[in-house]
Amino acid sequence: MKIHNFEQFEEQITKNQDIFKEEVKDNKKVILICGDSGCVANNSLKLKEKFDLLINQKNLQDRFLVKLTGCFGFCSKGPFVKIMPDNVTYHKVKEQDIFEIFESHLLNNVIVERLLYNKTKDISLIDFYNKQKKIALDGCGVIDPHKIEECFAIKGYTALKRCLSSLTSLQVIEEVSESGLRGRGGGGFPTGKKWLTAYNQQNEKKYVICNADEGDPGAFMDRAILEGNPHSVIEGMIIAGYAIGASKGYVYIRAEYPSAVKKLEKALEDAYEYGLLGQNIMGTNFSFDIEIRLGAGAFVCGEETALIASIEGKRGMPNAKPPYPAIKGLWGKPTIINNVETFANLPFILKEGGVERFKSVGTEKSKGTKVFALAGKVNNIGLVEVPMGTTLRELIYDIGGGIANDKEFKAIQTGGPSGGCLTKEDLDTPIDFDSLLAKGSMMGSGGIIVMDEDNCMIDVAKFYLKFICEESCGKCTPCRIGTTRMLELLEKISDGKGEESDLEELDKLAHYIKKASLCGLGQSAPNPVLSTLDKFKEEYLEHIKEHKCRAKVCKSLIKYHIIPEKCHKCGVCARFCPVYAISGTVGKEPFEIDPEKCIKCGLCMSNCAFKSIEKTTGGENND
Amino acid sequence: MISSKSKEEIYNIIEKRKNMETPLMMILSDIQNKFGYIDLEVQQIVAEALNIPVSEIYGVVTFYSYFSLKPKGKYVISTCFGTACYVKGTQGIIDEFCNKLKIKPGETTEDGLFSIDILRCVGACSLAPVVTVNGKIYPHVKIADVDKIIKEYKDKEVLMNENS
Repeated sequence: MKIHNFEQFEEQITKNQDIFKEEVKDNKKVILICGDSGCVANNSLKLKEKFDLLINQKNLQDRFLVKLTGCFGFCSKGPFVKIMPDNVTYHKVKEQDIFEIFESHLLNNVIVERLLYNKTKDISLIDFYNKQKKIALDGCGVIDPHKIEECFAIKGYTALKRCLSSLTSLQVIEEVSESGLRGRGGGGFPTGKKWLTAYNQQNEKKYVICNADEGDPGAFMDRAILEGNPHSVIEGMIIAGYAIGASKGYVYIRAEYPSAVKKLEKALEDAYEYGLLGQNIMGTNFSFDIEIRLGAGAFVCGEETALIASIEGKRGMPNAKPPYPAIKGLWGKPTIINNVETFANLPFILKEGGVERFKSVGTEKSKGTKVFALAGKVNNIGLVEVPMGTTLRELIYDIGGGIANDKEFKAIQTGGPSGGCLTKEDLDTPIDFDSLLAKGSMMGSGGIIVMDEDNCMIDVAKFYLKFICEESCGKCTPCRIGTTRMLELLEKISDGKGEESDLEELDKLAHYIKKASLCGLGQSAPNPVLSTLDKFKEEYLEHIKEHKCRAKVCKSLIKYHIIPEKCHKCGVCARFCPVYAISGTVGKEPFEIDPEKCIKCGLCMSNCAFKSIEKTTGGENND
Repeated sequence: MISSKSKEEIYNIIEKRKNMETPLMMILSDIQNKFGYIDLEVQQIVAEALNIPVSEIYGVVTFYSYFSLKPKGKYVISTCFGTACYVKGTQGIIDEFCNKLKIKPGETTEDGLFSIDILRCVGACSLAPVVTVNGKIYPHVKIADVDKIIKEYKDKEVLMNENS
């Protein structure tokens, strides 16, 4: 099985090119089920078990094959079951639906209409997928990540073969530069430029690191890529190694992603078995090894120098740059660090004609696509890949299907704890590195959180700042102490004790921290506060002057109130109240909340079947 | 005191990893996964085996949130506090768990049954808010579900005690 030369590699590609057609030959059917962590959490493994059971019971193993794939993308409507070659996809499938799909569709070719999304058989036709373009996510939701042969079927490793057989290292770097690829981890640094610096270093040892320490809370792009098509990342890393002259690569991945680690381990094993990793790849002089290193839950380790410190077995604290890792990195050797998604773009770019195809997508200064984890208060939550230049409006309304529960859109947060919030006015901003930065936010790694009228922007700023305070490594005083002082000020405001001068103080501190911190985490730590201060100053002032939280989130500024006319006098609220703050007589008098005793936990409201309990704030109904 | 069996397991872990360059993080991850915590005694064993000062190892263990110095409860309730879960109301759920179990995040109940952990992000944002108990995922959790989740495990305990 081991590939010793380019001809043998081509043989593998030819041999496997019809693998998907073979599977469905002679009336056979394949059942694809999403096996990504998101759908697994929603019971998708049970669905596979159930199909297998039915198939085995009827001895139909030669007619039906059940496979687990990576993420289909449309997570909020999962788990998905796709039947090939019919190209029919069922959504929100539950265990009890399997029997019906089996009897009706598989045995009698009758489609189960009720499980179709919007009555559409071919799910790729719906709005959610319409404006997307898959480059980094190529193969996700299509192939079984456990089978390298399926990766060959979608031309996996052909870019590597092209590099090794017909390009010099420098030519590879030139093509990457020419494609305009910029780092997908958030910084947007030109990948080719980084590689060239490392290439120019004279050193017998160099390293390639894949940053899979996806620490941005609310983001799961990298995990989905690694679970959906780990080979694209491995191929990208080998190419990077060839380009800069490294023979060893490391994937630094979060320990919190056990399933991604497992799939990556299997993919590495397969790549070794085929000789795509190890000594003399495809019979050339080039050798490359990849090893997995686990992170242990420190956001700061997404920063290059901190990541290196962590692999070296130290506390993950950043160091001053320069020297840049491309000159002096892991164990003092030239090292390039790229994000998972950056690597996943390379097989596309380095195929024959790939540079031109890649350049044709995107904007002038941001080429290609970007993968986002679209989450929060939109109808369609999921993993999306859009051409750069797509507007935020298209992302939220066309792809995301608008705001859930008919609420009003309030803000969109990009860039995670280092980014900022954008408002209605910014919705027509095209998504690219520079436009988002100009609007006071940033691209970041791809987490996008949509917020509605029920989110308080002071609370949001507090959320991110708390995160930063906990994740600050403590090396620099401005970041360690400054962010804590900022958090205290925000807490004062959300407690209704704020003064207008606090806003100036916040602004001042934010600028000190940005200027005086060593690493990217500290320098961007105040961004969520600055951007909300800029775009939602009114809300800050309401908290301070009117003691009002319009989203009714800040506990000190709200009161729970039972509307007497609506109260059914059932007493359920009183039973749930943990502090016995609610009194009344069942069936006789409306119930009442004692504001002195109330701890504002909200249990009464969430348990009232008649929606008779409301929250009030500021001057409203403040009796 | 650590049992000789556990000691042996720790030596096995170190032996397996020790040929790597700077293997400390990988060894600590393995130990954390195997035992659920890394106390000072264990750190001393690792320090001796790798010839690294124990102070340095303590520094590393306390830096990363994935490593724990103390054993956790039999059932670890992890509430996801990623942004997607946060905007959908995780805070209320954490408060309710703390309220019901009378402990704070990071603490363990006196009977050793429950711990509350705050997770950064499970990456299952379409199921927000998410709570996991020993890996079992509870999607779209509401404040009113908290009691049910705790009860599920208390009932399980009662049943186990009756059977034993």
